[in-house]
Amino acid sequence: MARFVVRRLFQMVLVMFAVSILTFLIFNVIPNGDPAERMAGRQPTEVQIEAIREEWGFDENIVVQYVTTMRKVFTGDLQSYFTQLPVGEEILRGLPRTLSLAIGAALLWMLVATCFGLYSAMKAGKFADRFLTIIALIGISMPVFWIGALMNYYLGFKAGIFPNGGYVELTRDPIDWAYHLILPWTALAILFIGFYSRLLRSNVLDTINEDYVRTARAKGLSERRIMVRHVLRNSMIPIVTLWGLDFGAVLGGGAILTETVFDLQGVGQYTADSIGLLDVPPVLAVTLLAAFFIVFLNAVVDIAYAYLDPRIRLQ
Amino acid sequence: MGTEPASTGQAFEAFEEEAKRERVHGVGPWRLGLRRLRRNRVALFFGFLFVLLVVLCLAAPLWANQVAGTGPNENHLTDTVVVDGEEKNVVALDGVPIGPTWQGEFFLGADRNGRDVMVRLLYGGRNSLLIGVTAALITTVLSIVLGLLAGFFRGWTDTAIRALLDVLWSFPVVILGVALGVALATGGLRLGPITIGGDSILIPILVIALVFIPYMARPVRGQVLSLREKEFVEAARAQGAGPLRIMFSEVLPNLASTILVFFTLLIANAILLEAALSFLGAGVRPPNPSWGTMIDEGVERIATAPHLTVVPGAMLLVTVLSINVFGDGVRDALDPRAKVRLEH
Repeated sequence: MARFVVRRLFQMVLVMFAVSILTFLIFNVIPNGDPAERMAGRQPTEVQIEAIREEWGFDENIVVQYVTTMRKVFTGDLQSYFTQLPVGEEILRGLPRTLSLAIGAALLWMLVATCFGLYSAMKAGKFADRFLTIIALIGISMPVFWIGALMNYYLGFKAGIFPNGGYVELTRDPIDWAYHLILPWTALAILFIGFYSRLLRSNVLDTINEDYVRTARAKGLSERRIMVRHVLRNSMIPIVTLWGLDFGAVLGGGAILTETVFDLQGVGQYTADSIGLLDVPPVLAVTLLAAFFIVFLNAVVDIAYAYLDPRIRLQ
Repeated sequence: MGTEPASTGQAFEAFEEEAKRERVHGVGPWRLGLRRLRRNRVALFFGFLFVLLVVLCLAAPLWANQVAGTGPNENHLTDTVVVDGEEKNVVALDGVPIGPTWQGEFFLGADRNGRDVMVRLLYGGRNSLLIGVTAALITTVLSIVLGLLAGFFRGWTDTAIRALLDVLWSFPVVILGVALGVALATGGLRLGPITIGGDSILIPILVIALVFIPYMARPVRGQVLSLREKEFVEAARAQGAGPLRIMFSEVLPNLASTILVFFTLLIANAILLEAALSFLGAGVRPPNPSWGTMIDEGVERIATAPHLTVVPGAMLLVTVLSINVFGDGVRDALDPRAKVRLEH
């Protein structure tokens, strides 16, 4: 087990290294034009561009450039050329908000999708199943920022049932915190509810025909017990894996659209604002951070799997 | 089986005759699939709806010239329009644009510049659909090539391709799209002798195509890996078939149903990603219309003119939903057990 963990973590470091190279290429090499000019954003002065060229070493060879960029990322020297604020601090400030959004939404979508998927599978082919399938399909066909904006306008602004965007610190008032996050949680969860409930439905339908389910039924277990203990438990395994990965993706900036629409001022919105200004350093930092979350949670999921299923360790 | 035939020659003839009489038509998987799809009324309805939407968007110039009498980028800030015999400003003095008039001119209202929303919706649909379909095509072709190469040659080629896909896959879709979009927005892209301008529609197409490659190439590779161990591939190899022939005439046809299902899913997701990128300012550049840029412009003004948000989003929803339902039907018809998933 220890050997597997070490090997998996080593692999993770390798992937992160490759990710950093790709990120570097995206921002500094692939695009046409002078990287210093791009880094300086809209309407820079000649002096600014020259200073940036000097600072990032854009005249040097490409390996030196890469090392310079990475050193800036790790020492926290990265700063926006618009606000002059350090990127690292801005991200840390937004992280609790993004975490609040991601955790609540992840719990919500898992809970609702489990209910929907299970019910849909038990009523397979009947009206309820078809209805839920259509609902799920509508859920995955909507842009999250669109439904978010509509919810914010109609339920928040017009009807006044919910606050119209904004964020309240959890430590200040937990109830107000949740109240402000209900709409963002829902908007973000809709898409995933669609995916997960459909996936769970098909998994349950597969599991129901397994021999051990028939055995359980032959033993005379109650239908409820069979469904929960035998069918649901086994159908959930691939979904829990996905859950880990999707949570990482949402945390690493997948919530960029939701945050922007609801004005949550988290990492995602910071990114969105930087994009609007064509401010490269923050986008570069968030891209790396996002990839890190995904790669890290991927490794965690793999290690958890290896712990649960010894066969995986030997592969 | 009636009387015992006298000789083998006779037996053969009798057998052939019987075969002629009770000819069982061989039904291939495609025909079976088509038959199943034809029975799926819901999928057919949505497939038809999608075709209708495409035709509508293609007919955008017709609507613009014949009905609305204006172009997608023409401003009417100071113009007036007659609704129910009453003359109204297209854009009121306080800057609030007119809502749906349900008549030829400004059928779905105007936006903040006094542009006709219906005309922009149709022209924007052309861009959104063009981006969706082209990006999906590029992703599909590249994924097939990468998946075939990796799965077939294994070894060193496989390791390299898999590493590349793993790295691409490590980025959240929207973030990678945004990063590429931002990086390419100012200077454009130079690929050898070709230079693409930063405001070209080719930029979002290429970005979206690239971002989705790992989601399709990985499963294709997996299928190729299992297909190449099948007996018919061994038989072809025994007959002396080279790797190219095995790949294209033995393995590829067996991937067809997967590819088709992925292709429809990719169109839907590419349209959604285009909207997301445009919303964030890293996709289609204004004033070019696309459903994403229209929603983006609408959300800024949702409090005074909600129709600017509702209309393009609803159109997008109906389009993507129709592709998803139809794609679902195709998948059920061709390969009911396939588990295909794309995420954003």
